[in-house]
Amino acid sequence: MKSSLIVWIKVFIHIAALYFTGLIFWDYLNDQLTANPIEEITKRTGKYALILLVLTLSCTPVKILFGFNQIIKARRQIGLYSFFFATLHFFTFLGLDYSFDFDLILKDVIKKRFVIAGFSAYLILILLAATSFNNARRKLGRQWYNLHALIYPVASIVVLHFAWLVKSGVLEPLLYGTLISLLLILKLSLLKK
Amino acid sequence: MTKVKSSEITPESLYLNRRKFMVGVGGIILSTAGFPGCDNYKTTYEPSKGGVLPDDKLTSYKDITTYNNFYEFSLDKEDVIFAAKDFKTSPWKLEIGGLTEKSLSIDVDDLTKIYDQEERIYRFRCVEGWSMVIPWLGLPLARLLKEVEPLPEAKYVQFMTLHSPSRMPNQKSRSFPWPYIEGLRIDEAMHDLTFLSTGLYGKKLMPQNGAPIRLVVPWKYGFKSIKSIVRILLVEHMPSSLWMKVNPREYGFYSNVNPTVDHPRWSQASERRIGEFGRRETLPFNGYEEDVADLYKGMDLKKYF
Repeated sequence: MKSSLIVWIKVFIHIAALYFTGLIFWDYLNDQLTANPIEEITKRTGKYALILLVLTLSCTPVKILFGFNQIIKARRQIGLYSFFFATLHFFTFLGLDYSFDFDLILKDVIKKRFVIAGFSAYLILILLAATSFNNARRKLGRQWYNLHALIYPVASIVVLHFAWLVKSGVLEPLLYGTLISLLLILKLSLLKK
Repeated sequence: MTKVKSSEITPESLYLNRRKFMVGVGGIILSTAGFPGCDNYKTTYEPSKGGVLPDDKLTSYKDITTYNNFYEFSLDKEDVIFAAKDFKTSPWKLEIGGLTEKSLSIDVDDLTKIYDQEERIYRFRCVEGWSMVIPWLGLPLARLLKEVEPLPEAKYVQFMTLHSPSRMPNQKSRSFPWPYIEGLRIDEAMHDLTFLSTGLYGKKLMPQNGAPIRLVVPWKYGFKSIKSIVRILLVEHMPSSLWMKVNPREYGFYSNVNPTVDHPRWSQASERRIGEFGRRETLPFNGYEEDVADLYKGMDLKKYF
């Protein structure tokens, strides 16, 4: 029973990711991306990446709390989709927004702390995505767990990246920050038992 | 910097009638008295007064009326139009007073009848990094200020938005020190570019755009252009604006558009023009440098941001 549930969960994640990616294109073609489409694409891809990041972090607590060990099978998939949307987000910024104008980016954007935060989080995500496969996992042995614990700092940096961008009212980033802290505390306390 | 006449900008389709008319006039000072449906509609726009640059195109009416920052209604720019749709803007009393010889209390509907409305096409640059080109309708603020005769002690002008949490739902939120207050130095307020708008695209303002009357200061970031004004006071000391109270480190009194003075957290060197893909360079004083730079002679604009 439970093994078929995980199959459904994985299928659902594929469909959801495909749907939300497709929706961006659909809305673009139908002029539904607000008056400021680049900003809207940036916001959406960023938000999807962050939500999936939080879901990745919730796998271990779900496994322990509900005894649903199979969920770990979906963790890599969720994590890779988070990386997928982070990649769309990154190239929206670089290509759509700044037209790969590296002069402009290097001159006055790169020094902004929200850019530094977002970019460092993305670099770490590349490393984690690249070592998420079984081969790498086997080769790294116990080191793999230490390396992939970096997902917690990544999540915190991403929340800062978000908070530094809003004009005022950090309510939404704060919500994600709280959720991530709770998940970390939950995981640590569950592992101790 | 070459500036073009308002008649040379590609207008929206609903503007076509007017355009035909203007092309016929051929360029000098345009008067559209007798234009169907707009009895007191008159354009005395002179190209030298700010205006637009050769590659500026009017932002669509749809974009101007669906993408709005108006925190009294919603923090979500796409939601403001819905949150403000039942906002009643007539009758509406505007009061002007403070350090003045006379004071003025006038209904905005009467104001638009008594004072000739003129059109000004201005670039509008938001502090968030996007911009529009908007054909405003209204009158220079100086015309009303001269009417009330400011006293010599009046050094600043303070503007206040309606404060009514029952009508402006987000004023119930305690995240902001309502009401919205803005201010200008008196010479900025008297400058001919400084405009009180009651309409755009030849129509009355919509609630989401600050109906029935709002300020437009085209060389400053958009948040200085306070909406739905109920009171204008001439005062002696520099008023503290809502944004200065919220975050004095990030938002200063002057808030002139300046590509060389970044927002502490993001760059102001470039902007996204609504309706275009990609970025444009942001211009000093939003392109109105020739007209307004003199107001700030000798001032350190990094310090007085």
